[in-house]
Amino acid sequence: MTEFTLLTVVVLTAIVLVAAALGIARLLAPRSFNPQKGEPYECGVPTRGETWFQFHAGYYLYALLFLVFDIETVFLFPWAAVAGKLGVQGLVCVAFFLLILVLGLAYAWRKGALEWK
Amino acid sequence: MNQAFLDYYSLEPLTGWIHRTLCGVMPEDWAVFLEGLVIGVVILLAYALLAVVLIYMERRVCGAFQCRIGPNRVGGRGGLLQVPADVLKILTKEIIRLKKSDHLLYELAPYLVILASVVSFSCLPWHKGAQVLDLEIGVFFVLAASSIGVLGILLAGWSSNSKYTLIGAVRSGAMIISYELSLGITVLTMVVLSGTMSISGIVESQAGGWNIFRGHIVAVVAFIIYLIAGNAEANRGPFDLAEAEQELTAGYHTEYSGMHFGFFYLAEYLNLFITAGIATTLFLGGWMPFHVAGLDGFNAVMDYIPGIVWFLGKTFFVVFLLMWIRWTFPRLRIDQVLTLEWKYLMPLSLLVMMVMTVFKVFGLVF
Repeated sequence: MTEFTLLTVVVLTAIVLVAAALGIARLLAPRSFNPQKGEPYECGVPTRGETWFQFHAGYYLYALLFLVFDIETVFLFPWAAVAGKLGVQGLVCVAFFLLILVLGLAYAWRKGALEWK
Repeated sequence: MNQAFLDYYSLEPLTGWIHRTLCGVMPEDWAVFLEGLVIGVVILLAYALLAVVLIYMERRVCGAFQCRIGPNRVGGRGGLLQVPADVLKILTKEIIRLKKSDHLLYELAPYLVILASVVSFSCLPWHKGAQVLDLEIGVFFVLAASSIGVLGILLAGWSSNSKYTLIGAVRSGAMIISYELSLGITVLTMVVLSGTMSISGIVESQAGGWNIFRGHIVAVVAFIIYLIAGNAEANRGPFDLAEAEQELTAGYHTEYSGMHFGFFYLAEYLNLFITAGIATTLFLGGWMPFHVAGLDGFNAVMDYIPGIVWFLGKTFFVVFLLMWIRWTFPRLRIDQVLTLEWKYLMPLSLLVMMVMTVFKVFGLVF
């Protein structure tokens, strides 16, 4: 079997697992209506105000930083597989690549992007 | 390892024989369809069985670590039937439909979480020739597949229209994407050492010695970073602040009930197993037996033990280590979690990767 056939089999397996278990649960589980059940759970207190509210901007900052370093990892993977064969030249090239990225991290650190305020 | 034993225990002749026999009695498309069905059923059974084993193990380990008894009533001594009882209970609970939630995304979230976990689960090398997805870019694919899970978590938190779930989801999202960096870089370190990205290739490159021994102290440091980051990826304590029950009730899955909630629970335990399984593959030699150079008699005895025993033994050892960490350390705050990753683990893992490359390039590894 080819890899894509296998991947399709695995993905279908996951979907069947969720659909089948939910189906069984829907057959077995009781169902009763109560207006209180549809409310968000906030420890018994009726919810107040908007629930889709603004959250801390710090999370966004980390997501931006993550993007830079995650793409860096993607670039490094092909190099890592042949790092032993590329020898000293490859090592020096990647060291420069990483140096620029570490400078970026240092800049973000200095600017206070890594502090939780 | 002795080549004769590798071939003796390999499952490739068996699977090849099954394929040829099936093709003999039916058209090839039918044979492929039948094999796909069998593979799917095997994955489902292994997945469900491991979840039961892991949940039971977690309860007993946690009971032992915190000097309390743990489940011991249901099913005679040791509470063996506790987990089946829980499964029945969770199946017969009502699935609540929320009034103001985003229904499509709310229903989609468990699918994404389980999808990420099943796809990375099928990349694990159980035995020589017994690996469902053995791609050339193996470890990279596992990282990519497992990062779909965070989408499920974010969707679950956002779509349920509750303040607790939203806070839980964004916390969890920030933490998981941050620790993915250290995780990826330590995986890169081992790719540098092994010289291949394919999972079976990485295991076979450790025939002469496990990576954790081949890579000096650097590999040990990488292993520890991997365990910390992997623990955070699986959303488990001390990094379980997404579901800090004292402040957020249950975090991103507060609004899910019955089997809906069960999927998040299932995925959490299987992600623990996948983290441990990948750690075994990358650092502890996968299904390769333990050898000591020079002790030929000892090595020959070790060769007799089949690969799957080695793989499960090592993986459950790592699972035990992760449970030990979970039940020992107190939970961190979000700023402490992010500081640990960005100011300590990330620079350290970059350094570890560069040192490992220097070792590899100058031939200093064993």
